[in-house]
Amino acid sequence: MSGPSTYEPKTGIERWLDSRLPIIRFSADLMDFPTPRNLNYWWTFGGILSFCLLVQIATGIVLAMHYDPSGAGAFVSVEQHIMRDVNYGWLIRGMHATGASMFFLAAYLHILRGIYYGSFKAPREVLWLLGCVIYVLMMTTAFMGYVLPWGQMSFWGAKVITNLLGAFPVIGKPITTLLWGGFAVDDPTLNRFFSLHYLLPFVIAAVVALHVWALHVPGNNNPTGVSVKSKSDTLAFHPYYTVKDGFAISLFLILFAVFVFFLPDAFAKVDNAVPANPLVTPAHIVPEWYLLPFYAILRAIPDKLTGVLALGASIGLLFALPWLDRSKVRSMRYRPQARIFFFVWIAAALVLGWCGSQEPDAQLFPGVTTFNLIDYDLNSVTWVSRIGALCYFGFFAILWLLPFWEKPLPVPDSLYTPVLSSTSATPVGAVAAAEKKA
Amino acid sequence: MALRLPLAAVLACALAAPALAATTQDAPKAVHWSFESPLGMYDQAQLQRGYKVYREVCSACHSMNMVAFRNLGDKGGPFWNPKYPNPNDNPVVKAIAADYQIADLDSDTGETIKRPGTSADYLPNPYANPIIGKAANGGALPPDMSLLAKAREGGPAYIYSIVTGDNATIPAGLTLPPGKYYDPYIAGDLTPYWHGDANKVPRGGLIAMPPPLSPGKVQFDDGTKPSLQQEAWDVAAFLEWAADPKMEQRKQLGLSAMIFLVLFSGLLWAAYRGAWRDIEH
Repeated sequence: MSGPSTYEPKTGIERWLDSRLPIIRFSADLMDFPTPRNLNYWWTFGGILSFCLLVQIATGIVLAMHYDPSGAGAFVSVEQHIMRDVNYGWLIRGMHATGASMFFLAAYLHILRGIYYGSFKAPREVLWLLGCVIYVLMMTTAFMGYVLPWGQMSFWGAKVITNLLGAFPVIGKPITTLLWGGFAVDDPTLNRFFSLHYLLPFVIAAVVALHVWALHVPGNNNPTGVSVKSKSDTLAFHPYYTVKDGFAISLFLILFAVFVFFLPDAFAKVDNAVPANPLVTPAHIVPEWYLLPFYAILRAIPDKLTGVLALGASIGLLFALPWLDRSKVRSMRYRPQARIFFFVWIAAALVLGWCGSQEPDAQLFPGVTTFNLIDYDLNSVTWVSRIGALCYFGFFAILWLLPFWEKPLPVPDSLYTPVLSSTSATPVGAVAAAEKKA
Repeated sequence: MALRLPLAAVLACALAAPALAATTQDAPKAVHWSFESPLGMYDQAQLQRGYKVYREVCSACHSMNMVAFRNLGDKGGPFWNPKYPNPNDNPVVKAIAADYQIADLDSDTGETIKRPGTSADYLPNPYANPIIGKAANGGALPPDMSLLAKAREGGPAYIYSIVTGDNATIPAGLTLPPGKYYDPYIAGDLTPYWHGDANKVPRGGLIAMPPPLSPGKVQFDDGTKPSLQQEAWDVAAFLEWAADPKMEQRKQLGLSAMIFLVLFSGLLWAAYRGAWRDIEH
């Protein structure tokens, strides 16, 4: 990866292997990787996400052994065969279905951490872009996976989302037909979704490898955003961060287990316990919680194509973040104004998420009718979505504008300085001890 | 410190989302269940009573395609008996199955025949095909009951409310179309059938099922008084079991998993503190 390797082959076999395939050197360097000593718990989500991906792939491979990707058989193979007859099938499916939500929860916290502490800024733009690619792949994979049980929400969700592509002029229709494998969501759609749902996680794994590689070139950012300046700023990844990540993964597993064992249907829609029926539209077609804010943005805009473009922009702007945010200061710890806008942005995303779960014409204040503006009453969820979407997109503009007037707080000289000043320990001894360990 | 807030907010949003939908019907009645708490289990006597209600009333019109007779004798099921770890050996299960006539093919002649059920058979569908089922029920196919408790908002409480509902007392001003019944707990819009004040349309909707239960409709073997509420309560619990037959196994394993994870986390915490003992950070 990066930096001079400290690995010394000790035995004959190690020396022989090292000059042919230095895989032990590679692993040893990963373990010794110099990591900033001041990383907080928000930095444990990388490890948690790797764990989530492994859980999804492992449980998914077993589920695929028992799953039947046909319109007639899919629902029965999941709800009857896997849930009732396969040994611990209920557990494997529960982990996989809940695991998707856990994966997104961890991914969102990981992304928010990256934004708050400026982890996307130079020299980590490629690292950030690869992360955005993973996020888009995750959403695609999750969407296709949600279709596989072939319940009502699976079917109608597939129909609504694939229809979005039809909004594009000229290319929209052929792309939709290609995705469907025909002229409606049917068996061919289910078959290709199953195939792609099995393929994409391995693509994600490959991009994760690139993501980790791109991390190991510049090294970790840290809560101060101040670059690593000396060896005393860092600790070896192992044992310091392996044990800390391990502890965080274990805590995360407790939350995971609460849902798998005690609230298995917390993220499920009742309509998906009804087999897909192309002739009966569910009363409320709602995506999974992790897609709700984007769904609200889509519905906030009256024109379909513009709505789809806004949906694309709401995710696409993340890719542009390294160039939108012009502030030289990485961490929002030292950017009091940016920090406020950051939390407003999160609040906007949460409000949008709530809007996405509601009917578009549902009233915010029950019983109050004001006047119609662009298709919807002002007192409607759609208008809340519109204001929410403005705040959501406004954040990206603010990040570009802020450096014109924002006065950042003084940034410490080294990432280690705030560590020392926050304790009463003697700095000299601490540095010496650190050097011994590192 | 400030960053702790979003975690809570994201979780709150995630948990609140499924419950949010525009309501046009009454909330299901509040019912107490033996299985509602995190470690609550099914009441086996109740499941047996519920099965009897299903067998004698519901199964005349509702299929339960995903449940086999052997499942009735599975661990956590209505007729589980530790003496018969393999439910196919359970005499109660065998007797229940043998009570049914199952459509099959004669393995020598290929003729369509009826034979007594075995524990491996699935509960038979009352209709040979969905079209017959629709034709016999005024165009509405009674839904399969295997997953019914998972397929309706409110689950067993919803089922309890529907079958004990107020469909006997139709609000004055509501003219029902033929073959339909009023129920305040079902989603719908009654405006087209309402002749009263336009702002006072009753909540609820239409259902094609006539009130299925009445006091004394089923005689319980354990001597429990068969009131309407009792029958509804028991059959709703049975349907919850049918939709979630592995609940007991899930909660038991969950308890072990939680104990293990808490201890394991403690161990990792100690390892973490140990490794970082002399590190300023």
